[in-house]
Amino acid sequence: MVKVTVDGQELEVPQGATVLQACEMAGKEIPRFCYHERLSIAGNCRMCLVEVSPGPPKPQASCALPAAEGQVIKTDSPMVKKAREGVMEFLLINHPLDCPICDQGGECDLQDQSVAYGRGGSRYDENKRAVTEKYMGPIVKTVMTRCIQCTRCVRFAEEVAGVEEIGAIYRGENMQITSYLERAVNSELSGNVVDLCPVGALTSKPYAFEARPWELTKTMGIDMTDAVGTNVRIDSRGRQVLRVLPRVNDDVNEEWASDKTRHHVDGLILRRLDRPFVRKDGKLVEASWGEAFAAIKAVNAGSSVAAIAGDMADCETMFAAKALVSALGSNLLEGRQTGLKYDVSSLSAVNFNTSIAQAENADLVLLVGTNLRWEAPLINTRIRKAAWKRGVKVYTIGQDIDQSYKTQHLGNDASLVANLPADVLEALSKAERPMIIAGGGALAIDGVHGALLALADKVGAVKDGWNGFNVVHFSAARMGSLMLGYAQVGGIADIIAAKPKLAFFLGADEVDFTNFAGTVKVYVGHHGDKGAHAADIILPAAAWTEKDFTTVNTEGRVQRSERAVFAPGDAREDWSIFRALADTLGVSLGFDSFDACRAAMVAEVPALGVEGLADYGWTVPKLPSNPEAREIGTPIKDFYLTNAICRASPTMQRCSDELIHGVEFVEAAE
Amino acid sequence: MADAPQIPDEAEVRARWGNFAWTAENAENAKTVIARYPAGRQRSAVMPLLDLAQRQVGAETQTQGWLPVPVIEYVAAQLDMPFIRAYEVATFYTMYNMAPVGRFHVQVCGTTPCLLRGSDNVMAACKNRGMVKGKTTPDGLFTLTEVECLGTCTNAPMVQINDDNFEDLDYDSMSHILEELAAGRQPKVGTQNSGRHKADPEGGPTTLKDMQNANHDYRKEW
Repeated sequence: MVKVTVDGQELEVPQGATVLQACEMAGKEIPRFCYHERLSIAGNCRMCLVEVSPGPPKPQASCALPAAEGQVIKTDSPMVKKAREGVMEFLLINHPLDCPICDQGGECDLQDQSVAYGRGGSRYDENKRAVTEKYMGPIVKTVMTRCIQCTRCVRFAEEVAGVEEIGAIYRGENMQITSYLERAVNSELSGNVVDLCPVGALTSKPYAFEARPWELTKTMGIDMTDAVGTNVRIDSRGRQVLRVLPRVNDDVNEEWASDKTRHHVDGLILRRLDRPFVRKDGKLVEASWGEAFAAIKAVNAGSSVAAIAGDMADCETMFAAKALVSALGSNLLEGRQTGLKYDVSSLSAVNFNTSIAQAENADLVLLVGTNLRWEAPLINTRIRKAAWKRGVKVYTIGQDIDQSYKTQHLGNDASLVANLPADVLEALSKAERPMIIAGGGALAIDGVHGALLALADKVGAVKDGWNGFNVVHFSAARMGSLMLGYAQVGGIADIIAAKPKLAFFLGADEVDFTNFAGTVKVYVGHHGDKGAHAADIILPAAAWTEKDFTTVNTEGRVQRSERAVFAPGDAREDWSIFRALADTLGVSLGFDSFDACRAAMVAEVPALGVEGLADYGWTVPKLPSNPEAREIGTPIKDFYLTNAICRASPTMQRCSDELIHGVEFVEAAE
Repeated sequence: MADAPQIPDEAEVRARWGNFAWTAENAENAKTVIARYPAGRQRSAVMPLLDLAQRQVGAETQTQGWLPVPVIEYVAAQLDMPFIRAYEVATFYTMYNMAPVGRFHVQVCGTTPCLLRGSDNVMAACKNRGMVKGKTTPDGLFTLTEVECLGTCTNAPMVQINDDNFEDLDYDSMSHILEELAAGRQPKVGTQNSGRHKADPEGGPTTLKDMQNANHDYRKEW
């Protein structure tokens, strides 16, 4: 510990802390533009100047100065005030005063800090510099004249996203931030530079000129587009969600969010199911709730019912559907739509056991059949941290994909898992904190799951204080559905074999509906996508921003999300649909309100009642461990179009066309 | 920015330079340069390699050379570094040309010492030969650039033409140099003042005179 004095207040700070951190610990606000906690220190904006003695008799950049024993730091002296005013005046020399037409207005660091620390007027009456716009892709809009060259975006691209495509070219007054040759930045995390940009140089293209921050209602939510469970803030105005921003949660997403999380929300107002439909003479016809319920009752299915949960189903929805199906006397529940049938007798064997936060401490990583960059982009950033910062070795089995860090590809053959090369085995055994990460592609092949569990046992990946066996799911509903028993031994094939008369599809769009020819298919969901096309009866439900819910991410973290807006038209929250339907079918679910529904769910699965990591223990099921020699596929064909909301979103469609399929778009001339 | 180099059309440049590769001699040179740096730090060689590449481009085009984007990418790929990082270096330093230049790259210093000693006259001599700042003359001979201090202030005003400095210039001597170059002759390099040898004072030394012929210990005189 180091003892320093900040504005007369003595305090101890950890060895290695900077003066800026020491000031923050003392509760002093230090203005800054280039400094960011999660990026390397650049020290080029000079806004964080403070007076430090002993030292040269001039203001010092506190972000880059280590705190030393006995330092006396002043943040409120006349020298500091003058220095800040001077820096601010210089920054504003070339910054346009276009706040009224700038999307950053109201949440702009430069605006706030010039009010707080600026000198109130400019003495500069020469011409300002102007910089041409740079194309950075479908997500990031650039107004580079506003750029103050803090280089946060450059450092983010290099250090976190792992795509070195943004840089500063030319020098001095001509310095410009640009993507390489002004091409789209091909990263699934590019939207984060918008949040990082302290001024309005990089703003969100899909959100351009939509709203001012003070008009927005902010709701705390959990993202449902992948299984990371990114903590988000849903910004809505009236009945529309305008944007989604990440919230800080160091255990899950730090403060990043993938582009899909951020920008799929413009699909929430398109292709919505806002009234019930019933298929008559082969055509879906609008109906009232009463007619739709009557049609379901008319099936007279008895106990021959099933429920299949989609990727975005939340726990309360799945519990309500389960309650109805059980009340009717069935237990045909499944969540793995595409036919996966891995063993779930122990949830610890299909969980991301290391935990997302601990993943960055790994000292060896083996990725099996996963495109982590697409399946869980924010877990990938953790692995990247280990690989890039500490040079941790990463082996991959499966398709050889650029994961944004150096990997050693061992081959694309499932049987490799059971007979790894000797050097890899040795490295795994020697590693203190090895991680084995299996993706959806690996679990799809018989024997791989067992072989990986055997491997983890063989190399001692599970030990005191470290569990290195991980399964990464990409469906937000997965862990919740498994906890609620949405799993048959043979997967969805068991449901097909049971030939249910009636099946509820809870936003399930990836099912092969041709297998359900003799079944009356009830689609309970929010978007007119594949599931709705195949359905016989459509019950319009709420999307994830339109209801309170509980969800469990791939590491077994139970999280709660709140409702931001109401569902459109006649659409209702899912639990109430099943509650009302139960009356029509003459059964009782045992709850009449959302709270009662949640209470009943917690009574059945107590772990869902406690926010935080669920404890699955560690038990290893006996599984066959002789995978056949075949290529491992990947469950995600197109990162930007993985669910019904994304497929309805123009922004995601554009990202997919441009970044994955290489379609070139001509920008309209301004 | 008005005076930023006009980077030529990308498709054309790629068609012309897309298959750039070292000549046998330069490949050897490149290897020598890279070997100067420790393994894993070969990125440090980016500046000498870009210079080498620019010279090779110059030799191929009979000019002073420039750095087309595919050439920068070639160098970056050899050093296993992201293209943007090499591109940043190439755009930062003014001695790398981002657009084609003529056979003689005339870099006139316009920083204060040269300005005070008459760099305006030097510039006028250039303009009088039809040169325009930032442009190449139609005959492809001269490219005129105004640069900041090149560190020859004792002999101000000065210009750098290709790899040579010409110092102590005035309108006439600058015009003469340009004429000689255009005619294919090599003008005298260095100071153009016949009274000076290099950076020494005009008319002989003014200080440390005792040092002229032999080593003299001044310490006891302080």
